[in-house]
Amino acid sequence: MKTEIVWMILGMGLVTYIPRMIPFVLFKGKELPPFIQGVLKNVPYATLGALIFPAILFIQKEDIWYGVLGAAAAFIVAFLGANVIVVVLGSIAVLSLYSYLM
Amino acid sequence: MSDLAISRESSEYKKGIQAGISIGIGYFPIALTFGLLAKTSGLSIYETVLMSLIVFAGASQYISLSLIAYGTGIFEIILTTFIVNIRHFLMSTSLNEKVEEDHLLNKLIYSFGITDETFSVVATKEGTAATGYLFGVISVSYSSWVVFSGLGHLIGASLPKTLQESMGVALYAMFIGLLVPSMKKSVKVVFLAILGAIFNSIFTMGHFMAQGWAIVTATLLSAIIIETAEVIKMRNRSVHHED
Repeated sequence: MKTEIVWMILGMGLVTYIPRMIPFVLFKGKELPPFIQGVLKNVPYATLGALIFPAILFIQKEDIWYGVLGAAAAFIVAFLGANVIVVVLGSIAVLSLYSYLM
Repeated sequence: MSDLAISRESSEYKKGIQAGISIGIGYFPIALTFGLLAKTSGLSIYETVLMSLIVFAGASQYISLSLIAYGTGIFEIILTTFIVNIRHFLMSTSLNEKVEEDHLLNKLIYSFGITDETFSVVATKEGTAATGYLFGVISVSYSSWVVFSGLGHLIGASLPKTLQESMGVALYAMFIGLLVPSMKKSVKVVFLAILGAIFNSIFTMGHFMAQGWAIVTATLLSAIIIETAEVIKMRNRSVHHED
């Protein structure tokens, strides 16, 4: 292994670990003002919205409908109350079929 | 008594593993491609696996490969990694409100495994999250990431193009699968997700800021706006009651 690359990896690991770790060590949790606690409870759902859009539209660079179809398939299967794994496999199946037909 | 505690931990661990399987599936094509790209960028298989073992953050690992290819210096690569991964700070802060009390050592270990995906699975779980559950989710995800990074380098080829593309939807489908049940239960969740999506689309597609900052800013803005709206609504309601 090249020493330079190893140092780079260690540095990348350190700067990635610190933001992940600090909140668990520094904040006690459940003691913040109610407003801040409310905001933190909102974070997962706002994050999910941001993680899905706009990235899902660009999973296939040439065809934006590919992403739209994948999102719609996942949304419908999830809305019917299916388990997350079924949602994942279902949307993969729908897109495989779409590529096969196109 | 201690037997009871141990069996509870192990059942939480199993639940975590089950919940983590979607992540394991979703990481498979991405890790495989990472391994392949790392090979073409000139990294050895040891360096590739070491990076997945130590960094465990997909987007920044991909970016580091293109920066290596550009001949960017180490310091800039590390700085970019920091900026791309700063969003985990917000995720850990939010998750810290949900995990059960535990030794510092356990928290030091599982905090290493906070990614967009493990965070999403644990944060949308009902009730508090036990340490065993976190370890379960993280161990499936981490194994998938590390093993398939190595495999991608080893076989030096990605999946057939159509399968590769259709599997690319996996993690997004998982995010949708985690979000929708909560959306059905609460209008607040619907507004949060839509606002987060709109802000992030504006920030990333308008090229206002780097991707790491776009997600953090979009999330914080949405979470604060909706919380403020709810506080105002509550206040108005109580004023009406006083009349």
